[in-house]
Amino acid sequence: MSEMIKVGMADLNVCISPNAITTLGLGSCVGIVLYDPIRKIAGMVHVMLPDSTKIINNENKAKFADTGIDLLIKQMLAIGAERRSLVAKIAGGAQMFAFGANNDMMRIGDRNVEATKLKLQQLGISLKAEDTGANYGRTIEFYPETGMLLIKSVGKEKKTI
Amino acid sequence: MVSQINLNQIDNMQYDVLKEIGNIGAGNATTALSQMINSKIDMKVPKVDLLEFKELSDIVGGAENIVVGILFTLEGQIDGMMMFMMDMGAARHLVNLLLGGAYGSETGKFSEMERSALNEIGNIIAGAYLSSLSSLTNLLITSSIPYMAIDMSGAILSVPAIEFGKIGDKALLIETEFGDTDNAVNGYFILIPTIDSYRAILSSLGL
Repeated sequence: MSEMIKVGMADLNVCISPNAITTLGLGSCVGIVLYDPIRKIAGMVHVMLPDSTKIINNENKAKFADTGIDLLIKQMLAIGAERRSLVAKIAGGAQMFAFGANNDMMRIGDRNVEATKLKLQQLGISLKAEDTGANYGRTIEFYPETGMLLIKSVGKEKKTI
Repeated sequence: MVSQINLNQIDNMQYDVLKEIGNIGAGNATTALSQMINSKIDMKVPKVDLLEFKELSDIVGGAENIVVGILFTLEGQIDGMMMFMMDMGAARHLVNLLLGGAYGSETGKFSEMERSALNEIGNIIAGAYLSSLSSLTNLLITSSIPYMAIDMSGAILSVPAIEFGKIGDKALLIETEFGDTDNAVNGYFILIPTIDSYRAILSSLGL
């Protein structure tokens, strides 16, 4: 029996095929999937903020793009993933409300996506696919067996990247 | 003395004060709503919950439940955000009460007119909430225009959650359920002051 492992907001988890991993209702947060296609091991982190160094209260590592990815890699290696094999897929980073252009909160989704890409680049992890931005929420499911990321949104066709 | 506040360790006194703010704010908001739709609206005792982000989206029936969220940004001596959130059934019910069901369909998507009515409901509710908060604390608060989104509750809640995320690992939620006698509608008021504004609120009340 395969199982669907859930990841909450500011949370992370790992999974091995045939299990799958999901996070529900991504808004401005970014869902980052890392996986080792050879060993069929995946991990997902649901990050809320771009940069842990800008925040005083940064104990929850899964909350930030930078520390979240580091912690996820550590946990994946612990269950047998190979560092050099890791690739990434990301989704989320929407702008849920149409704030004015001078509003600091407006670009949080974009900044989360930018910070995620920067971190992946620094680590030399290749970004295989993304579905980011726009103004709607996303539920994502990742299947390490196939390496496919399923994206569901309200009033839209399901898509796979 | 300026109060120190750490959202992970709110003391009982601070908790009671925040609950009372929710009570007065939501009480006024409910009265305003009741006058607007010309129908009796009851309000339950507000709950103040300090939730982990993981648990946050469960309050409105799960992260994938479709809800209407109306958000305001706050400026002045208290800044931050305020959000009014309700499920689709509640939103539909309120719109029908307000417009007499004359615009748009009974189910499905909201028409332009209905969206505008929802924004106005949000405006009046937030205005009543904030003016009571303002007179209670003697602090000036100005609110933005309403920003509305209809989407999965997890996605909508991510916006206030991110603001909370900047100051802690939990979200403080002041939740109030209201409804008319036969058709319960759930609404949630969420007030999200910045950390400095928490201090301002508490010290204005002598804490």
